[in-house]
Amino acid sequence: MLDDLIDDTVSREMRADLQEHLHGCEHCEVTLNTTRKTIEIYRSHEIYEMPAGLRERLHKAIMERCRKGC
Amino acid sequence: MATIQPIANENEQHPDVALVERVRKGDISAYDELVRKYDRQVFRIAQHITQNREDAEDVMQDAFLKAYEKLDQFQGNSKFYTWLVRIAVNESLMRLRRRRTGKMVSMDEEITTDEGSVPRDFADWAPDPEQNYSQAELAEILRKTIQGLPPGFRIVFVLRDVEGLSTEETAETLGLSVPAVKSRLLRARLQLRERLSRYFKRKRISKGKRVEK
Repeated sequence: MLDDLIDDTVSREMRADLQEHLHGCEHCEVTLNTTRKTIEIYRSHEIYEMPAGLRERLHKAIMERCRKGC
Repeated sequence: MATIQPIANENEQHPDVALVERVRKGDISAYDELVRKYDRQVFRIAQHITQNREDAEDVMQDAFLKAYEKLDQFQGNSKFYTWLVRIAVNESLMRLRRRRTGKMVSMDEEITTDEGSVPRDFADWAPDPEQNYSQAELAEILRKTIQGLPPGFRIVFVLRDVEGLSTEETAETLGLSVPAVKSRLLRARLQLRERLSRYFKRKRISKGKRVEK
């Protein structure tokens, strides 16, 4: 159920039931909120950034080979 | 109170179709645009899979070159980005296998760990917990945490939740069934949540029991 809630793939009736359950169940509420936060943190923080110099170098190499027909 | 909102960002449009068409007609500058548009994502995915910077650089070049060579085979019924990601994932897995000679790395291998399949840590997190760390510390925590996942979970999480592919696209890209993607995604999310709790948990002021509402 947790992933269906996160991905919003539950029916309207089911969602209403789950919302009601969440009001009364601290464990579920915490798990849902912290799982959402987990996804959000990974989405919003670049952990493998490509330095500008490297990006330009790779980009140039790719385009040069494409121009030569690879 | 928890509010229920979708996080998935479904995009029905195929804005790259025109660029691909221009490349097919010989306009190489259109390919330049496609490379600039997706190079960061391809690099990130390659880093996540190979966990090696040099391999990620090679994968990025090879994936874009292969995509260029095979552009005639690209069918408009999938997005260019999804098609490119599939090439990048395959290139990355090939490099990973090469580095781990003798050790099988397969997307469809059975993952036997039960870790994280049932939540155990119910402590709430501090509000905006990432603000308790510097950018560098946070990046290190996030890297270390995701690197600890089995590769089959990690890749599903990265494609679906970080890079924004749909469940179906993730399944297609990895050659997995939709239920397999869903099951891995849930376990990846829960394992990451559980592991991040160590860092992000709200610090308790007293050891007394929390008062129920």
